[in-house]
Amino acid sequence: MAVEETRIIFKHIDRQGYTNGIDCYERHGGYAELKKAVGMEPDAICAEVMESGVRGRGGAGFPAGMKWKFLDRKSGKPIYLVCNADESEPGTFKDRQIIYKDPHQLIEGMMITAFAIRAKLAFIYIRGEFFEGARILERAIEEARAKNYLGDNILGSGYSCDIIVHRGAGAYICGEETGLIESLEGKRPYPRIKPPYFPAALGLYQCPTIVNNVETLCNVKHIVNMSGKVFAEIGTPGNTGTRIWCVSGHVRKPGYYEFPCAALTLGELIYDICGGLLPGRSLKAVIPGGSSSKILRADERFKGKLRDGTEFDWGINDIPMDFDSLSAVGSMSGSGGVIVMDDTTDIVEALANINYFYAHESCGQCTPCREGVQWMKKVTYRMCNGAAREEDVELLRSIAGQIEGRTICAFGEAASWPVQSFLAKFNDEFVAKAKAQAARNASGEAVETTLI
Amino acid sequence: MNLKPETFSKIDQLIPRYPEKRSAVLPLLHLIQEERGWISNEAIEWVADKLELQPINVYEVVTFYPMFKQKPGGRYAIKVCRTLSCALGGAYKTCKSFQEALGCEVDGTSEDALASIEFVECHANCGKAPVVMIDEQMYEGVDENAARKLVEAMRAGEIKPARED
Repeated sequence: MAVEETRIIFKHIDRQGYTNGIDCYERHGGYAELKKAVGMEPDAICAEVMESGVRGRGGAGFPAGMKWKFLDRKSGKPIYLVCNADESEPGTFKDRQIIYKDPHQLIEGMMITAFAIRAKLAFIYIRGEFFEGARILERAIEEARAKNYLGDNILGSGYSCDIIVHRGAGAYICGEETGLIESLEGKRPYPRIKPPYFPAALGLYQCPTIVNNVETLCNVKHIVNMSGKVFAEIGTPGNTGTRIWCVSGHVRKPGYYEFPCAALTLGELIYDICGGLLPGRSLKAVIPGGSSSKILRADERFKGKLRDGTEFDWGINDIPMDFDSLSAVGSMSGSGGVIVMDDTTDIVEALANINYFYAHESCGQCTPCREGVQWMKKVTYRMCNGAAREEDVELLRSIAGQIEGRTICAFGEAASWPVQSFLAKFNDEFVAKAKAQAARNASGEAVETTLI
Repeated sequence: MNLKPETFSKIDQLIPRYPEKRSAVLPLLHLIQEERGWISNEAIEWVADKLELQPINVYEVVTFYPMFKQKPGGRYAIKVCRTLSCALGGAYKTCKSFQEALGCEVDGTSEDALASIEFVECHANCGKAPVVMIDEQMYEGVDENAARKLVEAMRAGEIKPARED
């Protein structure tokens, strides 16, 4: 029997008759948690979030309570809260649903968070292409202001805070929190070096700043509702709460599905929830957590030890969908973007497609990334268009190895991990492709590609 | 700088909301581009002056972010997503279909100035691949045939352009 979805964040999303207006939100119990929160001690809310164990839903999976704890409260500088709504990791489309269909949930989560960390001002950094999303949020903020859920002296608590909706302009690097901060300051989004620029100490305008993902901030509302302890009972220890898996690519029913962490396996997600593959197709590979996570091959065996010492021996379909299991198999749950590829996929072209993305999005600040990612794009492109060279696979491996770990931000890894994992797992296909291309070159036959 | 009075008033309301003026660079550029369709050198100098910056500070922002255009495009701006999930769903064919229907290349504008085509990166709607944006509107599951129909709809004026000019 198929596992049932447990919708907490997406409880009302797509329900018939549910609208994104404040009346509907309040009718469904909205803003009750904010009312509760303003009667609590801010530190008590932080303690609940810490106890909940909730990990960041943007990609890195860092515990939110810990992030908040790092806030520099001694400097006397104002504290800022920034919601990262730049949703741009390829394969991810969950935050869009919250913003368009349930914006008040985000606003409530943000105001509780702002109150808990004593933020002076909050921002929603939303990707520029969400034109309507930004308008929806602005309208929702005005609705909330009219009811005193934000603005001056919120619900008589003496605490005041406003939210500014700030639109990006099409740059992936703005999803990196220090790049986002630079962008919010009106500059090119060049990520900052850490240390010393940890946002919790030196963030926006060099003031202590918390940057959290949309889904993470929504979780705060539910943590206040059910308590950190109860929240921590959802999922497994270290992997608490639900996660929204965004499934795209070659499945019959792509979409977004919310489950407690580790409640289902990758196989159940693909076959039971997403209706499996198209008729006559077989699974080739899965990218489990957005395009920068390492690819998993359908016929791999994953063996090793989990953090708690349990040994595992899994096929691709057996991998539990949570933070730790996906990292144990050498990949990551990242932003929850699961990209499924069936046997019709040309794996070399798929990598060329990914490399094209990273080459376009490198901010250009660090030389290994600026030059290296372009170079990888060039090499995989020629592997597809018929001009592959014998040494190309080795060359790619070498370039990726020299980018990883040598850049200011994690983009260097985000761009090299796909190359390294594709080559490690599909080496034969890369070699075969290079040979086939060379032969085709000799015959003068035109090359047709579908993914690049 | 020639802008509508309501745009000027939006700009004047927006700047003081930020703790530092410079933060208003992106929102100002968005407002100008949404009205004029692109960012001219005059606009760059005007924004710099307004925010007490050097023109280079604004110029480097305009040239970095893909959404800002430094030359006018067609009446409609078509943005086809080319990233992996959309490509797996046939985005390259979709893009080709737009090119054929409009008789222009990627990053070009059709001869009749009806539309410009861009092949852009992920729109965060991967479950509905291939996705296409026309101005501010998202279209989902756009195959080759749907792309041709969208061009026809633009020609017939059935799609409302974001800007009236």
